[in-house]
Amino acid sequence: MAPQRCCVLEVGSLRAGYGAIEILRGVDLTVGAGEIVALLGSNGAGKSTLNNNISGLYRPFGGTIRFDGTDIAGVASTRIVEAGLIQVPEGRRVFPNLSVRDNLELGSYRRGKPKRAQNLERVATLFPRLRERWMQPAGTLSGGEQQMLAIGRGLMGEPRLLILDEPSLGLSPLLVEEMFTLIGRLNTDGLALLLVEQNVVQSLAIAHRAYVLENGRIALSGKASELAQNPELRKSYLGH
Amino acid sequence: MFDPQILIAGVLNGLLAGGIYVLVAVGLTLIYGVLHIINFAHGSLLMLAMYAVFFLWRLSGIDPYLALPIVVAGSFVFGYLLYRGLIGRLSHGRDENILLLTLGVSIVIDNAALLFFGGDTQTVEVPYAGDAIEIGAAFLPIPKLISFGAALLICLVLGLFMARTDTGKAIRAVARERQGARLAGIDVEKIFAISYGIGIACLGAAACLLMPTFYVTPQSGYAFVLVAFTTVVLGGMGSFVGAAIGGFLIGVTESLGGLLLGEQLGQIGISLIFILILLFKPTGLFGSKA
Ligand SMILES: Nc1ncnc2c1ncn2[C@@H]1O[C@H](COP(=O)(O)OP(=O)(O)O)[C@@H](O)[C@H]1O
Ligand SMILES: [Mg+2]
Repeated sequence: MAPQRCCVLEVGSLRAGYGAIEILRGVDLTVGAGEIVALLGSNGAGKSTLNNNISGLYRPFGGTIRFDGTDIAGVASTRIVEAGLIQVPEGRRVFPNLSVRDNLELGSYRRGKPKRAQNLERVATLFPRLRERWMQPAGTLSGGEQQMLAIGRGLMGEPRLLILDEPSLGLSPLLVEEMFTLIGRLNTDGLALLLVEQNVVQSLAIAHRAYVLENGRIALSGKASELAQNPELRKSYLGH
Repeated sequence: MFDPQILIAGVLNGLLAGGIYVLVAVGLTLIYGVLHIINFAHGSLLMLAMYAVFFLWRLSGIDPYLALPIVVAGSFVFGYLLYRGLIGRLSHGRDENILLLTLGVSIVIDNAALLFFGGDTQTVEVPYAGDAIEIGAAFLPIPKLISFGAALLICLVLGLFMARTDTGKAIRAVARERQGARLAGIDVEKIFAISYGIGIACLGAAACLLMPTFYVTPQSGYAFVLVAFTTVVLGGMGSFVGAAIGGFLIGVTESLGGLLLGEQLGQIGISLIFILILLFKPTGLFGSKA
């Protein structure tokens, strides 16, 4: 029997947490091919916990995580990256002691190595500001530049699904605008994206579908355009 | 005071002796930089490598210098497996456990060495042990010149490896940003083991360079590890360049200390440096703030 292939990513009844503390209490979520899916939720709702369990940094307590039809729950992060599921983490987590170029090269440490030179060129074209700082240690970049570098590093691994965890966090309004434009552009090229954000309005404007995570469960989900009109969501997240 | 010729000779001899310290310290600082622990087994593993050199010579007649590739490779594999099979496995990723495990490993190795090799002093006899060249008043032993050159060369190769290869870059990445490394698909545990292996391989090289002029007993590691620890603190914990420059500085201090205070007291200078650094610049010459 062929595995069911509804989507690139399919999370089912996922339970996860830290030690004895359960943070996610049965989360269901899917990302289809070529989709931007927004994952919204207040601080501490468990969004990063979900990402890090998907990426194999933690072993889930229970439930399933399917990527391209294969169960990856509890699989090592190296294998998950190898399969093309790549996360750009919250707080960027670039290598501060390595140059911009070396950071990008390590993005293709596990995957995408044959086309490293070509992809380096592509990332440098996408982020001209990184090209200007090519040999500079990443720790000396501004927050916005580090975010670009983190995304660039993710792209170097030729992702089939890119998870972006709060890419607009700490950026100036102008840079936030730029970031969302970029995310739209990546998706136009066919890349599936799971976008974790607290920036509700802009995320719903760009996403196809969205989920709202509350108390370890999905409280709301649906088409982004419809959620944008949802009175409950407007009340909790926009204050009107 | 002293004839400047003698001072120069003292400095030169100190620099030459420093090559060994550099190798031992570079291994220690690499392990510290990546694993964030002091490798308490460093001295014991150096001693073990020295016995390996001794037995290769005694049983197969292999010259210590020619044994270098074998001992370096063997030390790497030994360090890698020691980390993979024991230290990493039993520590469950907790730094303080790694620290204690290296201490335990060192106790086991020291006592095993005493049990199997005995407490006697063992030396390798090579025909060139006493050869030297004279430059002015400086009398430079050939084995020390060789160890100095070889240490520099090894540092250079290691530096290039760290700067140019994917594995070297991954080691530097893991040293500062483990989670970012995991998300880039780097096998962090494997990088830990490789780093530990390289640190021990540096000891293997030091052992080969030492044995033509030194002796080995089950206690041989201690003296070097004290010096190496001072070197690492002097250079700045985890700093590569710091360890290299620190090693030479320590060599010179010891040599000049010996000139001024007599052979027996030369090492006092090292302890003095250690205390001064801790008092006035605890981050070391090349250390970062954190
Ligand atoms: N490494 C950790 N160990 C223990 N608790 C954690 C850890 N990381 C996050 N948490 C807790 O899990 C909850 C969810 O955090 P997180 O997933 O980071 O939320 P979000 O990304 O939605 O802001 C919070 O209560 C947080 O304190
Ligand atoms: Mg978060």
